[in-house]
Amino acid sequence: MAGYFNLSNLQKDALREIGNIGAGNAATAFAQFLDCKINMTVPSVEILPMTEVPEVTGGSEQRVIGVLLKVIGEAPGKILLLFSEDSIEHLLALVLDMPIDFQEINEIQVSAIKEIGNILSGSYLNAINQMTGFNLLQTVPAFAHDMAGAILSSSLISLSEESDYALLIETVFINGDHEIEGYFFLIPDPGSLDKILQSLGLDSL
Amino acid sequence: MKIDQIRVRMAEYSTGKSPDILVTVGLGSCIGVAIYDRLQKIGGLIHIMLPENKKGLKPAKYADTGIPLVIEKMEELGASRENMVAKMAGGAHMFNGDFNLKVGERNIEAVRQALAKEKIKIIGEDVGENYGRTMEFYTEDGTVIIRSYKNGKKFI
Repeated sequence: MAGYFNLSNLQKDALREIGNIGAGNAATAFAQFLDCKINMTVPSVEILPMTEVPEVTGGSEQRVIGVLLKVIGEAPGKILLLFSEDSIEHLLALVLDMPIDFQEINEIQVSAIKEIGNILSGSYLNAINQMTGFNLLQTVPAFAHDMAGAILSSSLISLSEESDYALLIETVFINGDHEIEGYFFLIPDPGSLDKILQSLGLDSL
Repeated sequence: MKIDQIRVRMAEYSTGKSPDILVTVGLGSCIGVAIYDRLQKIGGLIHIMLPENKKGLKPAKYADTGIPLVIEKMEELGASRENMVAKMAGGAHMFNGDFNLKVGERNIEAVRQALAKEKIKIIGEDVGENYGRTMEFYTEDGTVIIRSYKNGKKFI
């Protein structure tokens, strides 16, 4: 497996570009679903020590909403979406006419949140599939509402078996009017990074 | 006297003497293990992610290599093994569905084994279930406070 530190700038650019196209696709799908404008940040490719991962969204102990999907196929991994409670409140107000109680998020609201996860990751993976020729699929989403650090660390378990460092391709979605801020992480399993780079013809640079 | 609050990050550990407070935040399937010498009032806290270090990676990330490391560092500070007791928290299953092959449960089991091997008794725990935890370890008297969104504050 390619050491993360040996990635060339070209390889990092390619990964960022995958993130860009994937997230662009996802943002479009998101905007159509919500019927409003969604902006996104230019994706960052971060290689950071495991130790620092729980802090990437700002506060390890802050309570957030997480949707985790497993990516299966040629380059397996995970997709993790994290939203602040405020963002989820705004998001759900756009699709459901129902107040949210963060002590007890009801089943319909959980389903709606998972569906948002499905739509975003499906369109993200479609874009990656078109670029790489892979046939990556996502599994049923899982939901959690808890400390950001607990959710992030638990999403990195298979990666941490093989490495003390994590590679995260991260995009932030922003809807200016509604202050929606969502983090989208693509977390390739060990070995998947090589396969993605190979498929782009960038494995030996 | 100034009380130091020492933050222990994921896959790391730290040690301290009374009245230091050792804190680790956001335990999901990870486990925080607090080891305490009741006579010397010396404590060690580790935030492990996985049960077994099969590939020679960072020792503090794993139960089997991390726990002996904390004990050794505590001994360097003057603690003795026969006075040591332990408390543990975490090992949750954060997401429904069959993700991560029950790593929380495997972690709990591995911590129990690693402590048994070192002949250190577990005198308090808050493990399993499906929620995140933060752990505060007071080396003054060995109290551990677990905070979670689900259950608020709990003393173990």
